[in-house]
Amino acid sequence: MKTLFKIIKEFPWFLYSGLGSIASILLFLALWDVGNQIYGDLVLPSPKEVLSTMFLLFEDAEFLANLTLTVQRGVLGFLMALGLGTVLGLVAGYFITASVMSRPIVTILVGIPPIAWIVLAMIWFGFGDTTVMFTVVIASFPIIFVGALQGSRTIEGDLKEMMDSFHLGFIQKCKDLYFPHLFSYLFPSWVSALGMSWKIVIMAELLSANDGIGAALAVARSHLDTATALALVTTMIAVLLFVEYIILEPIKKEVESWRN
Amino acid sequence: MEKLSVKNLDFYFGFTQILKNIQFELKKGEVVSIVGPSGGGKTTLLKLCGGLLDVVEGEITNTFKSSAFAFQDARLLPWKTTIENIMLPLASNDYTQAYEHACTMALKFGLEEGDFKKYPKDLSGGMRQRVSFARALITQPQLLFLDEPFSALDIGLKKDLQNYVLQNCQKTQMSVLFITHDLMEAIRLSDKILLLKSDPGEIIKAYTFDFPKHLRDDEYVFEQTKLLLNDNDILQTFEIKAK
Repeated sequence: MKTLFKIIKEFPWFLYSGLGSIASILLFLALWDVGNQIYGDLVLPSPKEVLSTMFLLFEDAEFLANLTLTVQRGVLGFLMALGLGTVLGLVAGYFITASVMSRPIVTILVGIPPIAWIVLAMIWFGFGDTTVMFTVVIASFPIIFVGALQGSRTIEGDLKEMMDSFHLGFIQKCKDLYFPHLFSYLFPSWVSALGMSWKIVIMAELLSANDGIGAALAVARSHLDTATALALVTTMIAVLLFVEYIILEPIKKEVESWRN
Repeated sequence: MEKLSVKNLDFYFGFTQILKNIQFELKKGEVVSIVGPSGGGKTTLLKLCGGLLDVVEGEITNTFKSSAFAFQDARLLPWKTTIENIMLPLASNDYTQAYEHACTMALKFGLEEGDFKKYPKDLSGGMRQRVSFARALITQPQLLFLDEPFSALDIGLKKDLQNYVLQNCQKTQMSVLFITHDLMEAIRLSDKILLLKSDPGEIIKAYTFDFPKHLRDDEYVFEQTKLLLNDNDILQTFEIKAK
């Protein structure tokens, strides 16, 4: 009852904050339309045209196949980076020497721009899947690695001592101490790595593949088809927004309710 | 009879000697305090007794069936609610039963139902310490280790929690090993006070108090404190300058 009352009480504020973001998106669309009126359809097609192109795209089987392929590459690459980064990061965090030694290497990895990796991967693997996925893995790996490393380095000795003082077993320590602590570091790093993967996969496809959304974007560019290019970009953003706000945000809210 | 006995205990951190030739015994139902200046190795001694540090030289025999700790800071798990924190030591049992048990415990320690689902960040320092005590006592330990758990609390709450501990001692014959730098606190609660001098930590004197604990009022505590403050060993250990 108390919770319900709280939700009802906060609803106008929730609505208001939602209205704010809708208003800002509408304002953005209005500015976009002004741009269209000044520069014309070739340079900047109107939002309406882009939207109708997008609907047309979703009826096109080839586009849907491309979209699926890109999502597959992105997700697969992300999952590999997630597995590698998490395991290696946790292990490195466990040993002081390993964490000290891995720091500069990770800094170097973070510092190398993804575009450099794409060029190298094209030389090593040629055109196609491997190049795209390699770039995704190598670019999102350091983000997850650092998260896992920090997580395992910052487990509090005090809390561990407290668990020991109650003679709690290793399994319970994992469940009640290690896992929640590590998760609070890992989850945000997974989220930012996922965003990174999605951007990288399209860039890599644009430069080094014949299929996928990125390749479609390259084709649209060569045809000077600005409407299609913008429709593709909008789709990419829509996918990212969907994953972030509809899937990840509620999970984050649930698992991090103890924070704020 | 269950007891904790410490014999010829030495302890080093690296080359620095922390504890030297510690000897004492804690019997069932007894409250023993170890007083001494900060940084004198009191916490190290408590951790050795509680098995949180390994004994290298000397011997500690603990025949108590169960033990629990209450630390200076509450040490609650930040991702668990009040009740979940209290039921932590029970976690292997049936969940609903453990939950109800924890609720009763929480109420007993002066927490309100509105606090049950709160996370530690939303609790005040005093409430967190209540939770920490409820967690320590929920398993009805035979031996309770207290590491200055009252030092950051206001007078009212301090007295409240001290009374809980005393009641528990009376009801369940619980023994307490209590670390503090507050003489008045020690006098109020203990059967025996051991004075630990620092560098290296060494027990130089023991004071016994036979007066029944539930009859010790403020006057008694003040009187005894005054006596202790005239004791030369206390003055030297705490580096109090004589007037």
